[in-house]
Amino acid sequence: MKKIVIHPITRIEGHLKVEAIVDNGQVKDANISGTMFRGIEIMLKGRDPRDSVMITQRICGVCPEPHAIASVSAVDDYAGLTDKIPKNGILMRNLILGTRSIADHILHFYILSGLDYIDPVKVLEYEGGNRNLNALKYFLQQGYSRPFLPRDDIDYKFDAKTTNTIVGHYIKALDIYRKSQQAATIFGGKWPHDAAIVAGGVTEKLTADKITEFIWRLEEILDFVKNCYLPDAIAVAKTYSEYLEIGRGCGNLLAYDSYRIKSNGNYNDTLLKGGLVDNIDKYSEIDINKITEDVTHSWYEDSEPLHPGSGETEPAPEKEAGYSWIKSPRYNGKVYETGPVADVLSTYFGKQDPYIINAVNSALSEIGTDISGMYSVAGRHLGRALSTEIMADQLLKWARELKAGEATAVEYIPPSEGKGIGLCSAPRGALGHWLNVKDGRIYNYQVITPTAWNASPKDKDGQPGPYEQALIGLEIKESSRPIEILRVIRSFDPCTACAVHMVTPKRDTIARYKIV
Amino acid sequence: MDIKKSAPISVISIQGQNCTGCVTSTLCSEYPSIENLLLRDIIPGHKLEFAFHPNIMTASGKLAMEILENAAKKKGYVLIIDGAIPTASNGVYCITGEKDGRKYTILEETLKLSLDAMIVIALGTCASFGGIAAGNPNPTGAQSVGDVFSTNDIKTPLINIPGCPPHPDWLFGTIEEILTGGLENVQLDDFKRPKTYFGKLIHENCPNRAYFDEGKFAKKLGDEGCLYELGCKGPITYADCPKRLWNGRTNWVIGCGAPCNSCTSPEYPDFLGDFYERIIDLEVPANKRKAKIQENKFLGR
Repeated sequence: MKKIVIHPITRIEGHLKVEAIVDNGQVKDANISGTMFRGIEIMLKGRDPRDSVMITQRICGVCPEPHAIASVSAVDDYAGLTDKIPKNGILMRNLILGTRSIADHILHFYILSGLDYIDPVKVLEYEGGNRNLNALKYFLQQGYSRPFLPRDDIDYKFDAKTTNTIVGHYIKALDIYRKSQQAATIFGGKWPHDAAIVAGGVTEKLTADKITEFIWRLEEILDFVKNCYLPDAIAVAKTYSEYLEIGRGCGNLLAYDSYRIKSNGNYNDTLLKGGLVDNIDKYSEIDINKITEDVTHSWYEDSEPLHPGSGETEPAPEKEAGYSWIKSPRYNGKVYETGPVADVLSTYFGKQDPYIINAVNSALSEIGTDISGMYSVAGRHLGRALSTEIMADQLLKWARELKAGEATAVEYIPPSEGKGIGLCSAPRGALGHWLNVKDGRIYNYQVITPTAWNASPKDKDGQPGPYEQALIGLEIKESSRPIEILRVIRSFDPCTACAVHMVTPKRDTIARYKIV
Repeated sequence: MDIKKSAPISVISIQGQNCTGCVTSTLCSEYPSIENLLLRDIIPGHKLEFAFHPNIMTASGKLAMEILENAAKKKGYVLIIDGAIPTASNGVYCITGEKDGRKYTILEETLKLSLDAMIVIALGTCASFGGIAAGNPNPTGAQSVGDVFSTNDIKTPLINIPGCPPHPDWLFGTIEEILTGGLENVQLDDFKRPKTYFGKLIHENCPNRAYFDEGKFAKKLGDEGCLYELGCKGPITYADCPKRLWNGRTNWVIGCGAPCNSCTSPEYPDFLGDFYERIIDLEVPANKRKAKIQENKFLGR
């Protein structure tokens, strides 16, 4: 038996540690630990409900806009505005969230995960005219190597030609990331932490030139998604095909409805259909009242598993059974994974959308696997690329539906009391915000993030969280350089600032919220 | 072009109670682009070497901790800290890494790495002033880098580059100023913010200023007019957003019709009143800049 500790896990958002017990080259047990704690929700208490849209974005600077969308949806819900948001407001929110999600996925695949699969040092042998590759080659020839080296030598499998192609895309991805954020800023005001998203709609006024500028900026991004990102994600799945089996995880997925779209004249349908997918392909509807949070192994004072928001949670950094600042969300007591694979497959099975079914099936058949291959390290990268491709096509459609000169927001008077729920698909999966207002001020605010689901520690029944389950059984070639662990963890795209953000003082329960 | 090359300047980035927004913002730097910053120069002839950066480096775990140790041996580096420093319970609220069974906190790393730095840059409002992480009631004892410096009597030069997030130009422009003009010539205000970027109020350069002067105020979001009545904090906020604009000059906060939140101010976010309500007489802790705000002529209206 040997204990492997990896801390810090780099190329992720935030502070994360892995401890794995390895016996005979196989992981027997794993503990995932979020090692940073702030306390955002308590700050919201007593504030103007409208401020939550700005404050909760600051939970995470990698994915602030899903927090803005979830939060503004909760405020709209409490203020009775959900059905009154002008069409332009709905569409601009979709465009901001969708474009920034594309940027986030590209950042994750290339900049955060890429160096687990491609070897930029091979570019030393590059002979060709690509300006970026020659810049890297010259950089390496001069003897520079940070931040690429030092590193542990691992099994880089791509040949020189493919390596050069993907490394070229790695550098190009930095440019595309910047351009995607610029495009979304036309509507959002700035990146990160959008200013334009407010209860009632979006503040940005629409003119024809802004819409046109957005569309043409988007074109270049879509080209990269279709001709670089998706093919590269497929190439990783084919070249590292053992990773279609590795890191399977709990095999259950959870997703929320996201991206409002028009159906029968109103915007009551969503592009991504939420739900549960159990045991690979059994779809069912979700009832969010069945969500609880367990703190058995979290650094908080013990309590029974509770609906988010009920009861008292005080930090207890010295708690003996604790090993993480992340709590353990469970659905009906069971462990669920969330993320782009959950979004794609929940929509695939729950909505039977032919476009999505075709996109998924054709990628899987090109790789030579089936749906079960999605539950793996390579499957998560593929799911992320597929959700990006699906989004990319939608964005152009939505942008063309915008109407210059028409209203983007609705005027309203905030009620003094009320409750609201906002759910959406963040780049890392299902994100929920719960708002309770009394006397015109925030009385209680709760957030359950995707990474809390995925990176959760064990619960009172001893069930490991999805990261932990994906690690248990993993074979490690060399315990001194456990790249397999890092590949599994990064495939989930950890966001620990999101996962750990709360102090929950004693408040009302959310179990009484009406789900609409 | 014949360029005299200087030795590369080593940059060490460490992260406290952050949201990584300071990183994703500066990653969008346009001129210089991040590609040029990484692979070529910050300005032709001046190179930065990203010796340790948790979001882009290949290595993890023990090797990453060794890289950090070795990077710190070469004195005279630029130390960039984003996120606040939790000081309660010996800093246990932010553990950044582990080596040979020993855990390291951001508090320890800040104290240790600051000593041999040429300059410490507190990037973003959390590192500069506590910001979101130190929001009331501040359960983790989150402090700014400057407060940690005063408590521990650290004399290394410190520059605050606030903003939630900071504009990429504010960071890289400041480094450019240091490299070309010398650290001693960087002009800072009372809050150690570079005057180049934080020397004027948003209000002084705001395109809506004429509306303010003639008393034309928007009554609801989307109206023509100055956003003062809708909570705009531009009149008390020092930053060059109206001239610089954001994200490739595509837009900025007031440009998209939203009120400024004053995210570059030491008082952000607790002591500025509601974001969407007109600025009120502020109750600001004595060690902040109450006097200055009260003197501000725009608040007397």
